[in-house]
Amino acid sequence: MSIWIEEDAKVLVQGITGKQGMFHADKMVEYGTKIVGGCTPGKGGQTVELQGKTFPVWHGMIEAIEATDADATVIYVPPPFAAEAIMEAADAFDSVKGEGVIVCITEGIPTLDMVKAVAYVENRPGVRLIGPNCPGIITPGETGGAKIGIMPGHIHAKGRIGIVSKSGTLTYEAVAQTMSIDEGQSTCIGIGGDPVNGTGFIDCLAAFQADPQTEAIIMIGEIGGNAEQEAAAWAADNVTKPIVGFVAGATAPPGKRMGHAGAIISGGKGTAEEKFEAFRAAGIACAMDPSELGKVLLESLKAVGLR
Amino acid sequence: MNIHEYQGKSLLRDNNVAVLEGVHCTSVEQALSAYDSLGSKVVAVKSQIHAGGRGKGTLYHPETREHVMDGGVKIAFSRQEVESYASNILGNILVTIQTGEEGKIVNNLYVEAGCDIAHEYYLALLVDRDNKSVLIMASTEGGMDIEDVAHNTPELIHKVVVDSNAGLLGFQKRDLGMALGLQGPALRSFGKMLSNMYTMFIQEDCAMVEINPLVRTGSDEIVALDSKISFDENAEFRHKNWDDLRDLSEEEDVEIRAKETGLSYVKLDGNIGCLVNGAGLAMATMDVIKLYGGEPANFLDVGGGADEEQVKTAFSIILEDPNVKGILVNIFGGIMRCDIIARGVISATEALSLEVPLVVRLAGTNVDEGKKILAASTLNIHAADDLAEGAQKIVSLIGGEE
Repeated sequence: MSIWIEEDAKVLVQGITGKQGMFHADKMVEYGTKIVGGCTPGKGGQTVELQGKTFPVWHGMIEAIEATDADATVIYVPPPFAAEAIMEAADAFDSVKGEGVIVCITEGIPTLDMVKAVAYVENRPGVRLIGPNCPGIITPGETGGAKIGIMPGHIHAKGRIGIVSKSGTLTYEAVAQTMSIDEGQSTCIGIGGDPVNGTGFIDCLAAFQADPQTEAIIMIGEIGGNAEQEAAAWAADNVTKPIVGFVAGATAPPGKRMGHAGAIISGGKGTAEEKFEAFRAAGIACAMDPSELGKVLLESLKAVGLR
Repeated sequence: MNIHEYQGKSLLRDNNVAVLEGVHCTSVEQALSAYDSLGSKVVAVKSQIHAGGRGKGTLYHPETREHVMDGGVKIAFSRQEVESYASNILGNILVTIQTGEEGKIVNNLYVEAGCDIAHEYYLALLVDRDNKSVLIMASTEGGMDIEDVAHNTPELIHKVVVDSNAGLLGFQKRDLGMALGLQGPALRSFGKMLSNMYTMFIQEDCAMVEINPLVRTGSDEIVALDSKISFDENAEFRHKNWDDLRDLSEEEDVEIRAKETGLSYVKLDGNIGCLVNGAGLAMATMDVIKLYGGEPANFLDVGGGADEEQVKTAFSIILEDPNVKGILVNIFGGIMRCDIIARGVISATEALSLEVPLVVRLAGTNVDEGKKILAASTLNIHAADDLAEGAQKIVSLIGGEE
């Protein structure tokens, strides 16, 4: 098992004929992801070559899902059109099969577009949105697996640690830390650093708690908002598996946007200190340095007899 | 992206939100003719900078740093007072609780007619992360620091969450207005104003609109007496007019140049420069430098797909800061390949004849090749295997804790 995405999930790529879309679609096929084709409005009927194989392109998502019975889609559409692409995918999954996972990689989508898109997705309860502005989701397999996004596939291995993070490269850091203590991953999810996004920390924690393959969790947050505090409070009551946490941005100055649109301390709220405190209060083992996540995870696993 | 009060007022006026008559000035002469044309005995003379707390701020001479005047917003009762206030404000430095000690030079002034105030309120529209929707906040405690109100008397702050499909509804406007104690014509005026302001918020892709104070006049009209508006930078592509509203003197020159080359840079006060890929990892790198006794000089995210040229630009931007005594490069290669970064680092250090110590930590895609390239170079580059080692090395190379 894994969460939301099985190793053999069938995946569509929205924006597959674009530079980014094609580059990453190729990497996903190389990793072993079951890509079944893609969509680019106006280019339906064409094909693309990925790793020497030919893949079909459709104009729209409804015909693409009808033809392939896809489980998920990944969006590499430029910011002005990305929210629309999310809503098209949500509508198509909902009307064709009643469920589906949408992973939106695009960075720089207007916030008010996301307000609209998130409300649209939430009206379709079988549909899940991950992102935007995120590295995606990966469920490593014994060989290959499902890599849906832009993360480097080769650093992962199948295992029992679930990882959820707001940041991209910091997620890879966490993956490398699990590998350093000979642990693999069940599923790794980047939920993105935008102020308004789809899947949040609590959704991920609930799914990891319910997933038999996942035996421990790494949760990585950053400054801005209070999603980490809410997730910690929720975990205290609902998660029995060990959680290891880190929060980036302890040295960030207030009022300055640190790269991610959502990473800003405003009105003295959303500091790393406040989030670490909430983690500790919830019994989450904290690493003050991401290079120590492996060590802290190992201690946590030992404490519950998993090592 | 922030805009000035006078620009915000003009936007509000265009959207049928009542504001007072006012004139934007850049000289004392203009301020005097604004006073004459407004025909109001009492006017407000307001410093225009992108920071709050102007009223309680202090003006200083830009070179001598001598004290010039208390208060960046003054009420003038005569032509002479307008002249004296305008000349005390323009060209001087205004320091407020939000500007930091260095303050901001005031190049723009807004001269605004007075009005008969019956009550001051607070009003703000913003995108709320928890509800993933637009949130409207209002309070009867206008003119005060709203964070204090939220802390001391949270029951005096009233909130409405707008359903993005339904839009702002009649009962929401009514309930919010009544919570402020409004009735009759004032309640109707408030409802109309709020509709127009919400429409503007959506159409203009605002990130925040804060009106403090919003006032009820003696004749029960609702008027925006101040305006603090910021836009969502992600929506810049559909607002060509923002270029005209942007005041580059309010932004850090180097941060603008970084943005133009696709880099995200924020200057800090320390002496260890950082070059990192990814916003989260860049923040974590700063944190770890501090954890091992150093002080980061900057936040710098080169993004997911930086090339040799961008790495070079990143180095030159870091080195512009005279405080930088050493640099830590921390790259976890995903899309970005470590061998490309290694080549970029070498060509940048050669081109810029780097003199400060440099520690490079590479991980991820093509890491072995990247490390080989660095090891083969004759340059003084220290390699590190993980972030902690990298941070410890750079801190000890620049002399560690004072």
